[in-house]
Amino acid sequence: MSVFAVCGDVLRPKSLAGVFSAAPSVAIATLSLTVMGQGNDYGALEGRSMIAGAAAFLLYAMCAHWLLMSYRLSARIVTTALLPVWVALAFALWRVFLR
Amino acid sequence: MRPQIDLKTLELTKWHEYLIRFVFGGCVTVLAGLVAREFGPVVGGLFLAFPAIFPASATLIEKHETEKCGTESYRREVGKIKAGFDAEGAALGSVGLAVFGWMVWKFLPEYSTGAVFASAFIAWLIVATALWGVRVALHRPEH
Repeated sequence: MSVFAVCGDVLRPKSLAGVFSAAPSVAIATLSLTVMGQGNDYGALEGRSMIAGAAAFLLYAMCAHWLLMSYRLSARIVTTALLPVWVALAFALWRVFLR
Repeated sequence: MRPQIDLKTLELTKWHEYLIRFVFGGCVTVLAGLVAREFGPVVGGLFLAFPAIFPASATLIEKHETEKCGTESYRREVGKIKAGFDAEGAALGSVGLAVFGWMVWKFLPEYSTGAVFASAFIAWLIVATALWGVRVALHRPEH
């Protein structure tokens, strides 16, 4: 997590640094623990759901980009206020495609 | 536009700002595990793509730009624009995250964990940076 954060800090331009803001750090940490405890098939199911989570992340980041560039709102407010949007989108995709 | 490494940025970042990101990422990892335990891997897997790094990164970019020289209103404006570009990059990285998840889904049941994670990580990096290259070729310049 910290390594990806440092990569994002030192890289320029910031659009490239932003790529590291969507690094699979949580996925690697969580899946490593999951696979050790529950096995590979369990981890594979989580990987399938991760695709829906990533689609929600895509929409979340696009909304953040639009709000920051068009309305010049505070980054802290935009990124925090949109987190419930990520949750709603992820669960909507789960309900439609994965349930 | 060529990628560059600016180590001076590290001087602007305080140790507690890394600690906050580390703790927040750890909390999301624990949350993903707890959700999976309570509701199963299909729901828990959604949280593997939770935006754990992006909110803090975008906030720090805006803060660091605001601390640089220039008039206050100009610096604030630049900070928000740079945070906006960071969000654009995160959107590209999220496509790579989907590829990472797809590779884990398809290959983890048959191949070794280490090989699948390493391949999926490389795929994430290639897809995300390739999309960034396309974006640079097609899009507006970034200063």
